[in-house]
Amino acid sequence: MNALLAAALPVFTEGPSEVSSVTREANWFLENAFIIPLLPAISFLLILFFGKRMPKKGAEFGIAAVGIAFVLALITGAAWLDHRDNFDGQLSESPATGIEPAHDDHADDGHADDGHEDEGHEDEGEDEHAIGVVADDGSTSSDEVALAVEAEGDGHGEEGHAYVAVQNSTQWLQSGGIEFSAGTLVDGLSVMMLFVVTLISLLVHIYSTDYVSGDRRYTHFFAFLSLFTASMLFFVLSDNILQMIVGWELVGVCSFALIGHWWEEKPNSDAALKAFLTNRVGDVGLLVGMITLFFAAGGGQTFDTLSITNTINQGGVSHTALVVAAAALMAAVMSKSGQFILHTWLPDAMAGPTPVSALIHAATMVVAGIYMVARLYPVFWEGMQIPGSSINLLATVGAVTLVGAGLLAFVQTDIKKVLAYSTVSQLGYMAMALGVGAWTAAVFHLFTHAFFKANLFLGSGSVAHAVHSFDMKKDMGGMRTFMPQTYKTFIIGSVALAGVFPLAGFWSKDEILVGTGGWGIFGGTGGPGSYTFHLTMGMIGAALTAAYMTRCVYLTFHGEYRGGDHGHDDDHAHAHDDAAHHGDPHESGPRILYPLYILSGFSILIGLVNLPPGFQLVPESWQERFLHFIEPAGASYFPAVGHATPSWSLAIISSLIAFGGAGLAYWYYFVKVDGLARSTGQKLTELPNGLVTTNAWARAGHKVLVEKYYLDHLYTGIIAGATKGPIARAANWTNTHLIDGVVNTAGETAVRTGRQVYDKIDQGLIEGFINGSGRVSDATGQELRRINSGKVQNYAAILFAGAAILAGAFIVILAL
Amino acid sequence: MLLNQFLLLAAALFCIGVYGVLVRKNGMLVLMSVELILNAVNINLVAFGALTDDVGGEVFALFTIAVAAAEVGIGLAIVLLMYRNRRSIDLSEADLMKG
Repeated sequence: MNALLAAALPVFTEGPSEVSSVTREANWFLENAFIIPLLPAISFLLILFFGKRMPKKGAEFGIAAVGIAFVLALITGAAWLDHRDNFDGQLSESPATGIEPAHDDHADDGHADDGHEDEGHEDEGEDEHAIGVVADDGSTSSDEVALAVEAEGDGHGEEGHAYVAVQNSTQWLQSGGIEFSAGTLVDGLSVMMLFVVTLISLLVHIYSTDYVSGDRRYTHFFAFLSLFTASMLFFVLSDNILQMIVGWELVGVCSFALIGHWWEEKPNSDAALKAFLTNRVGDVGLLVGMITLFFAAGGGQTFDTLSITNTINQGGVSHTALVVAAAALMAAVMSKSGQFILHTWLPDAMAGPTPVSALIHAATMVVAGIYMVARLYPVFWEGMQIPGSSINLLATVGAVTLVGAGLLAFVQTDIKKVLAYSTVSQLGYMAMALGVGAWTAAVFHLFTHAFFKANLFLGSGSVAHAVHSFDMKKDMGGMRTFMPQTYKTFIIGSVALAGVFPLAGFWSKDEILVGTGGWGIFGGTGGPGSYTFHLTMGMIGAALTAAYMTRCVYLTFHGEYRGGDHGHDDDHAHAHDDAAHHGDPHESGPRILYPLYILSGFSILIGLVNLPPGFQLVPESWQERFLHFIEPAGASYFPAVGHATPSWSLAIISSLIAFGGAGLAYWYYFVKVDGLARSTGQKLTELPNGLVTTNAWARAGHKVLVEKYYLDHLYTGIIAGATKGPIARAANWTNTHLIDGVVNTAGETAVRTGRQVYDKIDQGLIEGFINGSGRVSDATGQELRRINSGKVQNYAAILFAGAAILAGAFIVILAL
Repeated sequence: MLLNQFLLLAAALFCIGVYGVLVRKNGMLVLMSVELILNAVNINLVAFGALTDDVGGEVFALFTIAVAAAEVGIGLAIVLLMYRNRRSIDLSEADLMKG
């Protein structure tokens, strides 16, 4: 019945303009990408059950699984590169028809089969997915390819090959005509994420074998690293929004477990709770947004990501619905990706072990929000009205975040918190880039940022491993003489983050600035909008980034060593090898250094994968490789994003601004502070007569920054406090006056009624009946208990007597 | 056909068995009486099987023997435990289940 009912409804995705950009038949690795998240998931179970019995306490499972997953991700990436340029197989019918229940109908079945044979499609073995694969009667696949290529012509393609995502899904369950499927969606974006997540996770695994060695929950730690990797991979491969929600929540749970890894100390478990609860706030938005999308764009029938984005992209969804969905999803992005004003959990999350910070809070988990926006981009493209405008919520939140968090990084004394705010700031860049329509720039920045930020986090962990503290001002300084290798890699990471030519950060940051389209006066524009305000914020952010990284490098590695002469603030559970570390700190071991070398290499080189088109120093075929392979240009599920033309003037000016920021910080720390420290022989970290101490305005500003814009006060003190008090008072008043009155009256009435009922009905009628039945059963029992003698032979006698009676009855009946 | 004689023998054995089960106080003897009952049934099964020229009777008899073996095993175990606990296998004293 359901099938008939649904078939009667108009199938909302069918129309002449429909262009499908999905296939179900491609390279084996692209079709079977689900193996990649499966491996760490299996490793999680193995570690959980057998980890403690293994010689390496379970770490070998994690490293092996993630290592194989990394190799598979590489092969999948290579397969994707080939697929992107050379795929000319058969396209699926629009994914939205994947749920078209008409095929349950017998009448339609024959029709569909006819279409099959006419076209001679060879999809045996895929017949279980026939509902998705069957093409319409007339349209042949070559028509669809032609359409797709045509669409690409409008977009950005010049190679002539359409961008075709690979989807492989299977039905999970069916209920009420809605098919819940589970599957993988492989396109450039997910392939890139597979590479980033598996590589960084592998390096973090190797790093952790040294960093958390001897920890009391070593096995547990590796189990959760595996589970975390699996959840993130599951999330980026999901082909429907339901699966995305599951992956999103799994990632959140794992971050909770890992941030609170050392939960014996109150601040750590508080930080874990804060991360979890703040994320819950956003998760409500995620749910609301996804439900809106399900009904508005999925027609209440499908959760499939591609069919939803397809429908939106073809203009099949009302603007109001998209505004609601985009705003609700914004809340999710703000909490998960640490955007202002829900970013407060992220710096606190530094309570977790450093490898976790690198994995979760730099490279993978926090980019889940960015990834979600990139994946569901048409929702934001239409909902936020990105093209042709100059301001929108997403871009503005990103811009405010990037400057606000950049400022906060200046007042931190904890090296990891500097990096945490830096992460928030860079996530602001990504959100802003998405908001201004520079999709590729945002994804590219996500890509490059993952490497240099993981590099910096692991580097800070290496330092902390040596000095047993994260406090730059108290316990560090002069580390470059003790740890020259860590110093070099940290410098490379900082320079890449600051955006210095030609390291990774330069290319992606410049692309974002170009993408704002705000550089109109000097030429070099043509982005989707003209976001001048956001360009300005991006410039300020570039200067701030360079400056706070200079400060961080000075406080950690330069000046004089300030630690060693007081007790270790060992928040980092390494008490067992304290003895070995007494005396001067020393360089970390190879399992910590090699990941740093690898990440440094990536930090230097990875920016070259997306050289801008105007970069005349290299042949044209080297330019915009990333854009070509990652951006779904011309795909039916992706909006026609315009691309800004890069400009030399902007690149030079933004570099100058970054150098200006770094120079200012250099002048303050390396020249003034260092000079004063040398001349007085003191161990200084700030000037004693600096602006903050002499100028009232500067002092006030400093205070605001130290108090983190009072956001924590706002949340716990004002919002929680203000709601707690009045609600409690109102509840009390209601309780005493309203509810008590009702209750008392009801009680008195009940007592009076009850008395009457008791006297008349209860005592008279019911009592008699009950006592009567009691007496009857008592008497019966007294009689019957005599049979129950406890003697087996009596029972046997009764049994035989019964059998004899039955036999007699049987004979009598037969005789009759 | 000797059917009647077999049936009479079986009936006699059955009655002796039932008498033994109901009357004897000794647990061992009760168990042996149970065996008598079962074998009476076996005789009936084989006799009727031979009459109708059907191996089903013999097969059922075999099943009965197998089940009886298991039953005796359990029965002996119960009697043995009873003896260990009470130093007696007198069934008339065993009335713990009295209501």
